[in-house]
Amino acid sequence: MTDKTHAETPDAAQFYLTEDHHPEGSTMLGFWLYLMSDCLIFAVLFATHAVLGRNYAAGPSPADLFDLGLVAINTAMLLLSSITYGFAMLQMERNAKAETLFWLGVTGVFGLLFLGLELYEFYHLIQEGAGPTRSAFLSSFFVLVGTHGLHVTFGIIWLVTLMVQVKMHGLISENRRRLMCLSMFWHFLDVVWIGVFSVVYLMGVVG
Amino acid sequence: MTAKAPSQEDAHEAHHGHSHGHGAGHGTLRSYVIGFVLSVILTAIPFWLVMGEVLESKTATIAAIVIFGTIQIVVHMIFFLHMNTKSEGGWTMMALIFTLIIVGIALAGSLWVMHHLNANMMPMTHEMMRNMP
Repeated sequence: MTDKTHAETPDAAQFYLTEDHHPEGSTMLGFWLYLMSDCLIFAVLFATHAVLGRNYAAGPSPADLFDLGLVAINTAMLLLSSITYGFAMLQMERNAKAETLFWLGVTGVFGLLFLGLELYEFYHLIQEGAGPTRSAFLSSFFVLVGTHGLHVTFGIIWLVTLMVQVKMHGLISENRRRLMCLSMFWHFLDVVWIGVFSVVYLMGVVG
Repeated sequence: MTAKAPSQEDAHEAHHGHSHGHGAGHGTLRSYVIGFVLSVILTAIPFWLVMGEVLESKTATIAAIVIFGTIQIVVHMIFFLHMNTKSEGGWTMMALIFTLIIVGIALAGSLWVMHHLNANMMPMTHEMMRNMP
């Protein structure tokens, strides 16, 4: 037994070493699978909203509550942050550290503006007495839009962390891999937001 | 072990350099700008339809929202997430298709079941309504 393990040691060591290095291809696929499972969370919340979204409990309806102008500005913020993240990735490809950090910073600012507007909207709704406890429609609205907002919040925390990492260690391959994962996460959140503004806001207001 | 380390590093670096070509994929400035312009147009149209109350029929407006939303999601997938059938040997596409099937079942199933539950509820009298919790 001991003899056998000893004989296998060189191979085993090699195996663990390569595993430890995270070959880039498998990380991307793994992260994609995580995004798909995240997609299922949103699918369930969308299904809940689709079922409950018309149950107003004699309370306010989307047409009474939603300010589509604000939602349009919010959407613009997220779209702009998506393309500025794209610019950051292009600068990363060129190995330009300062430019990458600049575009990541711009992305973060747009992300924060998006979050600020969303929190303002939530605050406004709760002040009007249209909080999550008012009706089934508002419960499902707050859970769905709030979950997306939480994702954006964690995306921003991740973004700031990576900016510090890039500043300290430069555009090393580990940081490139991390930036590519965050890129997928960020664009994925944009895709979810398309569903949110189409289904929750626009269809809600149409009735 | 120690003697092996440099060659391991080389192989590792080479792998990284190579996998940039076929990993999740990278866009070009052109593809990002095209994607952005398309998504601005595809966002603006449904907002305009709803805010300007352009179409008479609600059903037509909702159909338009669904169509433009779907096209925009595909645009984002291609231009921002760089989806294609070849990345990771087709496994990202497989995972996406599988997810879409599950999402379809969850959405359609929920709506179907809950609609029938609503339609088949016992009619409620005023008496029962008053005694509801």
